[in-house]
Amino acid sequence: MAKPRVKVPNSAKAGEVITIKTLISHTMESGQRKDKDGNVIPRKIINKFTCEFNGTKVFECDVDPAISANPFFEFTAKVNESGTFKFTWVDDDGTVYTDEKPIEVN
Amino acid sequence: MQLTRRQTLGLAGSAAALAMTGFQVTPVFASAEDATKHIMEFTGGKEPTAGKVSLNAPEIAENGNTVPISVSVESAMSGDDLVESVMLVADGNPNPAVATFHFTELSGKAEATTRMRLAKTQNVIAVAKMKDGSVYSDTKLVKVTIGGCGG
Repeated sequence: MAKPRVKVPNSAKAGEVITIKTLISHTMESGQRKDKDGNVIPRKIINKFTCEFNGTKVFECDVDPAISANPFFEFTAKVNESGTFKFTWVDDDGTVYTDEKPIEVN
Repeated sequence: MQLTRRQTLGLAGSAAALAMTGFQVTPVFASAEDATKHIMEFTGGKEPTAGKVSLNAPEIAENGNTVPISVSVESAMSGDDLVESVMLVADGNPNPAVATFHFTELSGKAEATTRMRLAKTQNVIAVAKMKDGSVYSDTKLVKVTIGGCGG
Protein backbone atom coordinates (compact mmCIF):
# COMPACT_ATOMS: atom_id res chain seq x y z
CA MET A 1 0.00 0.00 0.00
CA ALA A 2 1.33 3.34 0.95
CA LYS A 3 5.09 3.14 0.87
CA PRO A 4 7.04 6.14 2.19
CA ARG A 5 10.33 7.19 0.66
CA VAL A 6 12.54 9.80 2.29
CA LYS A 7 15.81 11.38 1.26
CA VAL A 8 17.97 12.86 4.04
CA PRO A 9 21.73 13.48 3.75
CA ASN A 10 23.84 11.00 5.77
CA SER A 11 25.86 13.69 7.45
CA ALA A 12 25.94 17.45 7.89
CA LYS A 13 27.89 20.18 9.65
CA ALA A 14 26.48 21.57 12.89
CA GLY A 15 24.06 24.39 12.15
CA GLU A 16 23.74 23.46 8.49
CA VAL A 17 20.36 23.79 6.79
CA ILE A 18 19.68 20.57 4.91
CA THR A 19 17.00 19.74 2.36
CA ILE A 20 14.70 16.80 2.93
CA LYS A 21 12.57 15.20 0.24
CA THR A 22 9.68 12.90 1.02
CA LEU A 23 7.24 10.96 -1.10
CA ILE A 24 4.58 8.45 -0.19
CA SER A 25 2.68 6.31 -2.67
CA HIS A 26 -0.99 7.06 -2.12
CA THR A 27 -3.93 7.54 -4.50
CA MET A 28 -5.13 10.74 -2.71
CA GLU A 29 -8.72 10.11 -3.78
CA SER A 30 -10.15 13.62 -3.80
CA GLY A 31 -13.82 12.82 -3.22
CA GLN A 32 -14.65 14.74 -6.42
CA ARG A 33 -14.43 11.85 -8.85
CA LYS A 34 -17.28 9.56 -9.82
CA ASP A 35 -17.13 5.89 -10.78
CA LYS A 36 -18.72 4.66 -14.02
CA ASP A 37 -22.14 4.31 -12.37
CA GLY A 38 -22.09 7.95 -11.32
CA ASN A 39 -21.48 7.35 -7.62
CA VAL A 40 -19.02 9.64 -5.92
CA ILE A 41 -15.83 7.80 -4.93
CA PRO A 42 -15.34 8.62 -1.23
CA ARG A 43 -12.47 10.86 -0.25
CA LYS A 44 -9.37 9.09 1.03
CA ILE A 45 -6.27 11.20 1.33
CA ILE A 46 -3.24 11.72 3.52
CA ASN A 47 -4.46 14.69 5.56
CA LYS A 48 -1.40 15.45 7.65
CA PHE A 49 2.34 15.15 7.32
CA THR A 50 4.83 15.89 10.09
CA CYS A 51 8.57 15.79 10.50
CA GLU A 52 10.25 15.67 13.90
CA PHE A 53 13.90 15.71 14.85
CA ASN A 54 14.78 14.03 18.17
CA GLY A 55 11.20 14.59 19.27
CA THR A 56 10.98 18.28 18.31
CA LYS A 57 8.71 19.41 15.50
CA VAL A 58 10.54 20.63 12.40
CA PHE A 59 7.86 20.87 9.75
CA GLU A 60 4.19 20.08 9.49
CA CYS A 61 1.72 20.22 6.66
CA ASP A 62 -2.09 20.14 6.68
CA VAL A 63 -3.04 18.48 3.44
CA ASP A 64 -6.22 19.05 1.43
CA PRO A 65 -7.52 17.03 -1.54
CA ALA A 66 -5.85 19.45 -3.99
CA ILE A 67 -2.48 17.80 -3.34
CA SER A 68 -1.53 15.37 -6.11
CA ALA A 69 -1.49 11.60 -5.84
CA ASN A 70 1.73 10.27 -4.29
CA PRO A 71 2.16 13.43 -2.22
CA PHE A 72 5.63 14.91 -2.39
CA PHE A 73 7.06 17.36 0.12
CA GLU A 74 10.41 19.04 0.05
CA PHE A 75 11.47 21.25 2.95
CA THR A 76 14.49 22.28 4.98
CA ALA A 77 15.78 21.50 8.45
CA LYS A 78 18.51 23.05 10.55
CA VAL A 79 20.61 20.38 12.28
CA ASN A 80 22.68 21.19 15.36
CA GLU A 81 23.32 17.67 16.65
CA SER A 82 23.26 14.06 15.50
CA GLY A 83 19.91 12.38 15.74
CA THR A 84 16.96 10.89 13.99
CA PHE A 85 14.29 12.41 11.80
CA LYS A 86 10.88 10.89 12.21
CA PHE A 87 8.29 11.32 9.46
CA THR A 88 4.58 10.70 9.91
CA TRP A 89 1.76 10.59 7.39
CA VAL A 90 -1.85 10.36 8.61
CA ASP A 91 -4.47 8.78 6.36
CA ASP A 92 -8.18 9.75 6.40
CA ASP A 93 -8.98 6.21 7.61
CA GLY A 94 -6.76 6.71 10.65
CA THR A 95 -3.79 4.69 9.43
CA VAL A 96 -0.45 6.25 10.34
CA TYR A 97 2.58 5.63 8.16
CA THR A 98 6.00 6.40 9.59
CA ASP A 99 9.61 6.41 8.51
CA GLU A 100 12.84 7.30 10.31
CA LYS A 101 16.21 8.50 9.04
CA PRO A 102 19.35 9.08 11.11
CA ILE A 103 21.80 11.90 10.47
CA GLU A 104 25.34 12.34 11.75
CA VAL A 105 26.41 15.87 12.59
CA ASN A 106 30.08 16.68 12.92
CA MET B 1 -49.48 39.41 -32.04
CA GLN B 2 -48.11 37.58 -35.02
CA LEU B 3 -44.44 36.49 -34.77
CA THR B 4 -42.35 36.53 -37.91
CA ARG B 5 -39.89 33.77 -38.57
CA ARG B 6 -37.03 36.20 -37.79
CA GLN B 7 -38.46 37.13 -34.38
CA THR B 8 -39.03 33.51 -33.41
CA LEU B 9 -35.39 32.71 -34.20
CA GLY B 10 -34.24 35.68 -32.14
CA LEU B 11 -36.33 34.63 -29.17
CA ALA B 12 -35.04 31.07 -29.31
CA GLY B 13 -31.51 32.43 -29.48
CA SER B 14 -31.85 34.58 -26.36
CA ALA B 15 -33.53 31.73 -24.49
CA ALA B 16 -30.57 29.50 -25.33
CA ALA B 17 -28.14 32.21 -24.21
CA LEU B 18 -30.00 32.51 -20.91
CA ALA B 19 -29.82 28.77 -20.38
CA MET B 20 -26.07 28.87 -21.02
CA THR B 21 -25.38 31.63 -18.49
CA GLY B 22 -27.54 29.80 -15.98
CA PHE B 23 -25.34 26.76 -16.43
CA GLN B 24 -22.11 28.70 -15.99
CA VAL B 25 -23.28 30.21 -12.72
CA THR B 26 -23.72 26.73 -11.15
CA PRO B 27 -21.13 26.76 -8.34
CA VAL B 28 -19.15 23.64 -9.24
CA PHE B 29 -15.86 25.44 -8.75
CA ALA B 30 -14.81 27.69 -5.92
CA SER B 31 -14.97 31.32 -6.85
CA ALA B 32 -12.47 34.00 -6.05
CA GLU B 33 -14.74 35.04 -3.16
CA ASP B 34 -14.50 31.56 -1.64
CA ALA B 35 -10.73 31.78 -1.86
CA THR B 36 -10.73 35.23 -0.24
CA LYS B 37 -13.00 33.95 2.52
CA HIS B 38 -10.65 31.05 3.09
CA ILE B 39 -7.66 33.41 3.29
CA MET B 40 -9.47 35.69 5.74
CA GLU B 41 -10.22 32.72 8.01
CA PHE B 42 -6.52 31.92 8.00
CA THR B 43 -5.32 35.47 8.66
CA GLY B 44 -8.07 36.30 11.12
CA GLY B 45 -9.52 39.01 8.91
CA LYS B 46 -6.22 40.69 8.08
CA GLU B 47 -5.61 41.86 4.52
CA PRO B 48 -2.28 40.35 3.35
CA THR B 49 0.43 42.70 2.06
CA ALA B 50 2.29 41.83 -1.12
CA GLY B 51 5.97 41.01 -0.70
CA LYS B 52 8.35 38.77 1.28
CA VAL B 53 6.64 35.66 -0.08
CA SER B 54 7.72 34.23 -3.39
CA LEU B 55 5.61 31.60 -5.01
CA ASN B 56 7.16 29.54 -7.75
CA ALA B 57 4.84 27.83 -10.17
CA PRO B 58 5.01 27.01 -13.87
CA GLU B 59 3.37 29.56 -16.16
CA ILE B 60 1.77 26.77 -18.15
CA ALA B 61 1.00 23.39 -16.62
CA GLU B 62 0.37 20.74 -19.24
CA ASN B 63 -1.06 18.31 -16.75
CA GLY B 64 -3.21 19.71 -13.96
CA ASN B 65 -2.83 16.50 -11.97
CA THR B 66 0.70 17.26 -10.81
CA VAL B 67 1.77 20.87 -10.83
CA PRO B 68 5.00 21.57 -8.93
CA ILE B 69 4.58 24.50 -6.57
CA SER B 70 7.26 25.91 -4.32
CA VAL B 71 7.07 28.74 -1.88
CA SER B 72 9.72 30.59 0.07
CA VAL B 73 9.46 33.43 2.55
CA GLU B 74 12.21 35.88 3.48
CA SER B 75 12.87 35.37 7.15
CA ALA B 76 15.72 34.79 9.59
CA MET B 77 13.62 31.97 11.13
CA SER B 78 14.68 32.84 14.66
CA GLY B 79 13.35 34.99 17.47
CA ASP B 80 10.44 37.15 16.36
CA ASP B 81 11.35 37.04 12.68
CA LEU B 82 9.73 33.67 12.20
CA VAL B 83 7.29 32.40 9.61
CA GLU B 84 4.65 30.40 11.44
CA SER B 85 2.66 29.06 8.54
CA VAL B 86 2.11 29.39 4.83
CA MET B 87 -1.21 28.52 3.25
CA LEU B 88 -1.65 27.68 -0.41
CA VAL B 89 -4.99 28.54 -2.01
CA ALA B 90 -6.32 27.87 -5.50
CA ASP B 91 -9.22 30.10 -6.55
CA GLY B 92 -10.61 27.88 -9.33
CA ASN B 93 -10.58 24.41 -7.78
CA PRO B 94 -13.72 22.74 -6.37
CA ASN B 95 -12.29 23.59 -2.96
CA PRO B 96 -9.91 26.54 -2.47
CA ALA B 97 -7.80 24.80 0.21
CA VAL B 98 -4.59 23.20 -1.04
CA ALA B 99 -2.23 22.81 1.89
CA THR B 100 -0.88 24.65 4.90
CA PHE B 101 2.78 24.40 5.87
CA HIS B 102 3.79 24.99 9.48
CA PHE B 103 7.39 25.99 10.09
CA THR B 104 9.47 26.09 13.24
CA GLU B 105 12.88 27.48 14.20
CA LEU B 106 14.28 24.05 13.35
CA SER B 107 13.12 24.49 9.75
CA GLY B 108 16.09 26.80 9.17
CA LYS B 109 14.39 28.37 6.16
CA ALA B 110 10.76 28.98 5.32
CA GLU B 111 10.80 26.99 2.12
CA ALA B 112 8.69 24.11 0.89
CA THR B 113 7.83 22.38 -2.36
CA THR B 114 4.93 20.11 -3.20
CA ARG B 115 2.83 19.01 -6.15
CA MET B 116 -0.76 20.04 -6.51
CA ARG B 117 -3.88 19.52 -8.62
CA LEU B 118 -5.36 22.33 -10.67
CA ALA B 119 -8.79 21.82 -12.22
CA LYS B 120 -8.38 24.66 -14.72
CA THR B 121 -6.44 27.85 -15.40
CA GLN B 122 -6.49 29.84 -12.19
CA ASN B 123 -4.62 31.86 -9.60
CA VAL B 124 -2.56 30.13 -6.95
CA ILE B 125 -2.09 32.24 -3.83
CA ALA B 126 0.43 31.76 -1.03
CA VAL B 127 -0.29 33.53 2.24
CA ALA B 128 2.36 33.65 4.96
CA LYS B 129 1.61 34.33 8.60
CA MET B 130 4.56 35.66 10.62
CA LYS B 131 5.09 35.29 14.35
CA ASP B 132 4.61 39.05 14.88
CA GLY B 133 1.16 38.78 13.31
CA SER B 134 1.88 40.36 9.93
CA VAL B 135 0.54 38.65 6.82
CA TYR B 136 2.11 38.58 3.35
CA SER B 137 1.05 37.01 0.10
CA ASP B 138 2.02 36.28 -3.48
CA THR B 139 -0.17 35.26 -6.42
CA LYS B 140 0.68 33.38 -9.61
CA LEU B 141 -1.59 32.65 -12.53
CA VAL B 142 -1.10 29.10 -13.78
CA LYS B 143 -2.48 28.13 -17.18
CA VAL B 144 -3.69 24.55 -17.24
CA THR B 145 -3.99 22.53 -20.46
CA ILE B 146 -5.55 19.37 -18.96
CA GLY B 147 -7.46 19.76 -15.71
CA GLY B 148 -6.72 17.52 -12.76
CA CYS B 149 -9.82 16.86 -10.77
CA GLY B 150 -11.18 13.82 -12.56
CA GLY B 151 -14.68 13.53 -13.97
